[in-house]
Amino acid sequence: MSAIETTYREALRQALIDAMLADPEIVVMGEEVGLYGGAYGVTKGLIDQFGPDRIMDTPISEAGIVGAAVGAAMSGLRPVAELMYVDFVGLVMDQLANQAAKIRYMFGGQIGVPMVLRSQGGTGRSGAAQHSQSLEAWMTHIPGLRVAMPGTVNDAYHLLRQALTLPDPVVFLEHKGLYVQKGMLDVAVPDAPWGKALVRQPGKDVTIVAYSKMVMESLVAADMLMAQGVSAEVIDLRTLNPLDDATIAQSVRRTHRAIVVTEAHQTAGFSAELSARIHELCFDHLEEPVARVAGEDIPIPVSPALERGAVPDAQLIAETGLWLVKRQAPSWADSGTDS
Amino acid sequence: MKANNNQLLHALYRDMRRIRSLEERVSEMFVRSESAGSMLHLSIGEESVAGICRAMEAKDSFTTHHRGHGIFVARGAEPARMLAEIAGKADGYCRGKGGSMHIADMGLGHLGANAIVGGGISHAVGAALAYKRKKQPRVSVAFYGDGAMQQGILYESMNLAALWGLPVLFVCINNQYGMGTRVDRAAANLAFDERARAFGLQGEIVDGTDVEAVHEAAERMIAAARAGKPGFLCLTCYRFHGHARMDKSPYRDADEEAQGRARDPLKIARDRLVERGGNAAALDQLDAEIAAEMDTALESAIAAHMPDVSTMFEDVYAPDQPKPVPLRARLSVILSENSR
Repeated sequence: MSAIETTYREALRQALIDAMLADPEIVVMGEEVGLYGGAYGVTKGLIDQFGPDRIMDTPISEAGIVGAAVGAAMSGLRPVAELMYVDFVGLVMDQLANQAAKIRYMFGGQIGVPMVLRSQGGTGRSGAAQHSQSLEAWMTHIPGLRVAMPGTVNDAYHLLRQALTLPDPVVFLEHKGLYVQKGMLDVAVPDAPWGKALVRQPGKDVTIVAYSKMVMESLVAADMLMAQGVSAEVIDLRTLNPLDDATIAQSVRRTHRAIVVTEAHQTAGFSAELSARIHELCFDHLEEPVARVAGEDIPIPVSPALERGAVPDAQLIAETGLWLVKRQAPSWADSGTDS
Repeated sequence: MKANNNQLLHALYRDMRRIRSLEERVSEMFVRSESAGSMLHLSIGEESVAGICRAMEAKDSFTTHHRGHGIFVARGAEPARMLAEIAGKADGYCRGKGGSMHIADMGLGHLGANAIVGGGISHAVGAALAYKRKKQPRVSVAFYGDGAMQQGILYESMNLAALWGLPVLFVCINNQYGMGTRVDRAAANLAFDERARAFGLQGEIVDGTDVEAVHEAAERMIAAARAGKPGFLCLTCYRFHGHARMDKSPYRDADEEAQGRARDPLKIARDRLVERGGNAAALDQLDAEIAAEMDTALESAIAAHMPDVSTMFEDVYAPDQPKPVPLRARLSVILSENSR
């Protein structure tokens, strides 16, 4: 089959349909996944196709839903538990971090928990402080959980399909700002195997490492940099666990400079892990310290004007690149806040 | 009929004696510094759970709380492998990775002991969901303590089970204490059966010193659960010892302990057997046989090997999946990559 243009949302929906047709043990359970069609429409119409036994509307009981998914996954089903907003993960953290993640290990490898927790995060819809966060670091800190964060339409489809074949629990984090994003989908051809990072844009002066929606911002930044004579390489991590740091290191050893970009807060965020790994693996190759371009260390505000300011955008990434490569002072340099 | 009853009671007595005898060996293992740590929670005083375990079928599954040794041995666990796990040995049920609080065996339907209060309850509900969807006539039993009666996920789980008509039985072993807090200092309403009924479950409280009553109630409620009517059974008993091995129970007085221990489910069952014409000497003989079995299991567990340290990286993920990178390997890469 050849590629078609579609949206991130449709690609996810198609992935669920194709996975459910291929594997009769897959059930989807969550708040509003059935009759409502999903808060962002990803499961729209699935209840008509697969019926209420496989597309299960649940009460607002996040811990109970994920906990039941764990038990069902240990008993022959492959549940897709949907957490409407990743911000609600505090309600399920025990089931995720102490149960799903550790059952294979605690029980000496007797059994795994082949489930997918689908959720979405990020800014862009004025969801404010409790509906806009990027909490992936909470999950990547826990051994036993795989974490996928697709940034493209083709990855939305294929990473979800791949997640639904894995023997261990996967936290699958979508971005609410990408659902209407268009792109090419080829259901026959994944961009890369599960766990491999991809160079989305080759370059030679600086490596930009990103995932989820920040891949898009980074690609725009790379165009802006190109216009200024700077060649940026953009790497899309695709999965944070497994983390393909070899692809990052290979790139940085060539470019000698790196920017890591996350929408998540900077402090103790995944950008810290990426920066540390680059320093560890590329110390002798670095011309400059690794620059972290991350979300501000503030709760996400509701006003669109404030919300935009709370997370990185292409402009900020590009200016950081120019500073790093050409020592060109950024727009905020004379504001007196830098040191 | 009476002969049958006596046969059943005799079997239940044997199950209960095996629980207590095992727990005494767990305690001994700790005293001899052979256990992995001191987080060992004895179920002495709670042995009538055997009545529920014997009412389950081989194909049924269960989850337990952290005080679950007794339940597991009553469901058929091998004492030697249990004690080996509690000692952190390679031959243990979980290769020395779970221990007392995370023991499990899929072959026996043990979906896992859990050290988060209320943590395993929803897994039994999920298992029951799978059985219902697959049209398997199996029941899953969630065992937990009175501490979990105050946890939110229990009520999410009860609601889901009742809403979906799942083959699950919720079993609260009310031993009067959540660690050092007596249940009447933790729960505003001690009529736990009312809480279950509020969710549309069948709810009963049974005297946990009467193993026959426990068995009768469990048999009825497991049959109902198998037919899609989930239930809740609360077994009232007394925790004879402290919370864990280091706990000397300073929060309760000696009189209360003496009264609690006087209502010993094992002694009550034994007296009843003798009253009904059972042979006390034969029961002594049975006790001695069980003690010998458990002694052998204990010595075998103590003699067993510790796991090789390299196995700690196994079982984080499935065997064919990317593994964690050991720290030393990572350090070696960093230092060699950057060596000049």
